[in-house]
Amino acid sequence: MSPMIYFLSGVTLASAVAAMTLRNPVHCALALVVTFTGLAGIYLGLGAQFLGLAQVVVYVGAVAILLLFVLLVTRSGEAGDGDRERDRVAERSWWGWLIALLVGAVLAVGAWSAGQLPQRAAPPELPGVRDIGEALMTDFAMPLQVVGLLLTAAMIGGAIIALREDRMRVAAEREGRR
Amino acid sequence: MTPPIVPHLLLAVALFTVGMAGALSRRNAILILVGIELMLNAANLSFVTFWRFGPKPDPQTGLMFALFSIAVAAAEAAVGLALVISLFRHRRTTSIDAAGTMKG
Repeated sequence: MSPMIYFLSGVTLASAVAAMTLRNPVHCALALVVTFTGLAGIYLGLGAQFLGLAQVVVYVGAVAILLLFVLLVTRSGEAGDGDRERDRVAERSWWGWLIALLVGAVLAVGAWSAGQLPQRAAPPELPGVRDIGEALMTDFAMPLQVVGLLLTAAMIGGAIIALREDRMRVAAEREGRR
Repeated sequence: MTPPIVPHLLLAVALFTVGMAGALSRRNAILILVGIELMLNAANLSFVTFWRFGPKPDPQTGLMFALFSIAVAAAEAAVGLALVISLFRHRRTTSIDAAGTMKG
């Protein structure tokens, strides 16, 4: 157990708390980038190189940028919105934290008792990218197809939901005339 | 001396707790999605932890589980943010208090 892991854990946890408590939503999204990067570091420390890099590419590169993009498009980072939100948060956030802490306490008991499970010091050999690719094409070929289908459906669904309605109506009429 | 699986799992629990608290208490729909992303990341961390320290010498299954979980989380973020944009187009705000029309 190296001190590096503890340092990374502290940074990750602190930025996660910041992402959920800061007033300005843009600051929240930027703190989330730190959380994702810290988690990628922890994955690397655990020996999951490919997963750590996938975390950087997918979360830091795509999800965080998408969140920032939507925040800026909807202008919910403006001060007026934040002020209104602050009044609401004061009256209701107490319950959310209480419920979450109760759930967290139950999970922490489980995590603590996991220390009594039989454990191995190190996996026999850490899989490289080649092993992961071979596993994806053989044992996990079916799940890979399903994930591809899911991503296609999510892409089409996201485009349709976010499409302007008048434009959808025009397209439907053109379809009907044909 | 606690075994190394415990601090990793406790970090995952803490991340899950923070994400859940945020998802339950924030009023901005985008920040609720941020909380859900944090919870999914905590679940991923516990997958990787059990893959690394778990007793069963299976070389890749835990890793694959986390990988597919990342793909599902990406799809969830895309659809969720499209819903937020759709809400913003109708109500000119991203606060979920504006979306209570169907509240009983």
